[in-house]
Amino acid sequence: MQMFFVLSRLAWRYLWRNHRRTIVMLSAIAVGTWAMIFMTALTRGMVDQMIVDGISVIPGHVQIHDPEYLDDPSVNNRVAFSDTELATRFDDAGFVAWAARVRVPAVVTSERESRGVTLLGIDPAAEESFSFVDYDNVDGRFLEGPDDKGIVLGAKLADTLETRVGKRVVLMSQDPDNEIADRGFRVVGLFHAEMEATEESYAFVGKHTAQKMLRIGDTVTEVVFLGDDYRDVEPVYSKVVGLVDDSVRVSRWTEVDTYLGTMMGMMDGFMLIWVIVIFLALSFGLVNTLVMAVFERIREIGLMLALGMKPSSILGQILIESMMLLAVGLAIGDLLAWATIKPLESGIDISVVAKGMEMFGAASVLYPNLDIDDVILSNVVVMILGFLASLSPAWRASRYEPVEAITKV
Amino acid sequence: MMSAVRCINLCKTYRQGDVDIKALDHLSVEIEKGEFVCLMSPSGGGKTTLLNAIGGLDIPDSGEVWIAGERIDQMSKGELADLRLANIGFVFQAYNLIPVLTAQENVEFVMQVQGVRAAERRDKSFAILEEVGLKGLETRRPAEMSGGQQQRVAVARAIVSRPELVLADEPTANLDSKTSTELMELFTELNEHHNTTFVIATHDQRVQAYAKRLVRMLDGRIVDDVEQHAA
Repeated sequence: MQMFFVLSRLAWRYLWRNHRRTIVMLSAIAVGTWAMIFMTALTRGMVDQMIVDGISVIPGHVQIHDPEYLDDPSVNNRVAFSDTELATRFDDAGFVAWAARVRVPAVVTSERESRGVTLLGIDPAAEESFSFVDYDNVDGRFLEGPDDKGIVLGAKLADTLETRVGKRVVLMSQDPDNEIADRGFRVVGLFHAEMEATEESYAFVGKHTAQKMLRIGDTVTEVVFLGDDYRDVEPVYSKVVGLVDDSVRVSRWTEVDTYLGTMMGMMDGFMLIWVIVIFLALSFGLVNTLVMAVFERIREIGLMLALGMKPSSILGQILIESMMLLAVGLAIGDLLAWATIKPLESGIDISVVAKGMEMFGAASVLYPNLDIDDVILSNVVVMILGFLASLSPAWRASRYEPVEAITKV
Repeated sequence: MMSAVRCINLCKTYRQGDVDIKALDHLSVEIEKGEFVCLMSPSGGGKTTLLNAIGGLDIPDSGEVWIAGERIDQMSKGELADLRLANIGFVFQAYNLIPVLTAQENVEFVMQVQGVRAAERRDKSFAILEEVGLKGLETRRPAEMSGGQQQRVAVARAIVSRPELVLADEPTANLDSKTSTELMELFTELNEHHNTTFVIATHDQRVQAYAKRLVRMLDGRIVDDVEQHAA
């Protein structure tokens, strides 16, 4: 322990012997660390937003369907339980939220245009936790209950159909006998979403109204469940599996929306690659700094060896010096990242590139997400790689012959 | 009685360009504990090479080196480091202090590596700095001290842990005559009161006057080895 203290004091003093070089290197490490964390926070925020939006639009955290539904999402593939049975099974099971819905493909027609949409027959009260729609921010009104006779369309879809609140549209789908099931609805509200594609894709009607139109009694095609964290859905998944039988298929959101699921996995991989790329750039500076620091004090290293310090202690001294340099640089970089990300957490408006962002599912406001795990990962990776990069100059320093080193000019 | 230093048939050749230079040529010498020996030779005569061989800083091409009954020319680097740390104090020609440490920290350095407790280190370092006339300069770094002061710090570091053997290579080369005299008187006092063995390589006639034994070297060989009454 005493030797560690001796080496640490020497390392710290040598670090500040050439303070200009140390400050330059510290700046490089700090900026590199800041870039790692800041870019990761931006990307993490964007991906998180895409996932949260995606989950809120469609999957929830866990879903149950008829086993055939995901391959053929038609009204013929309905969940085998009635509304009453579903309520008996799930009402008191302790989920954050759950909802049963009718979700089938349909066509909506105005007097001028027709568009294919996903028809969502919902109970608005049960869906509120899942929905991307802000019920209070709807032109007109949102659905008031499962028996509501109105329809709520996206604002963009209404534009396309050249319709508006108060006008009537016809919704058309198929019933279980493959007969046309259609019905006229009055447009009671127009919802707004982060992305136009969402506004064009969904039409909301009351669940009971949809069940009557489709002639499916009190059955649904999908039941969705919400847990505490979309990253850890296993507790919800296990609970749902324990409450149903083999007649239905239980799926995690990553299985329902494989694009989003893959994106979440990719994000962690991308983060690691990004950290390593930045470090590789930094490592040249780090190794150069250490080589110069060792070269400048060959005589003093020789002196320490001559006085009885072991080569392993010289090795330790250089490694400690490198670790101190990295630790201080990382701390400054972490602080910088925190100081720049925190004020931006309320959102960065990138609406000038909204169209481009929407092409891959991102919204026009970016919410940077400073995840402590990302900060720890980048710090740990830099420390480990920095240690490895420092081994070579430290090893060379420890191999000097005292008599040669001490006479070096 | 066991010799403090025993060198048997040492040979060491350096290559300089196309020329082989025999720094040590079948040299043998024995130094008893408590002796005060002065090695003298013209430049290139081999005295520094002999000093380095005795201190385990340089390994001879052939021959044997024994320190306090242990053969050291076959020891590993780690064993040699332990030997130097425990038994030998070094004073080099150029002051060779650690520039990022203060005078007191330089003096404490060897004791720290030895694992001596902080309070003991502090007491000893203050005492020895006072003894070499540097009281009040404990917190100065080498760059803030004169050459003579630096050399006295180096001497303090070499003797603070009371090694059995002190090896000094031209210790007065960069000192004025007053400081040189003070330094040699300090060496003499340590030799007489603590029975510390001193081996000093020097050109300086004033240093030779303090030695009890003069060993003259030429081309890596001992040409004269006489005892004398110290000044």
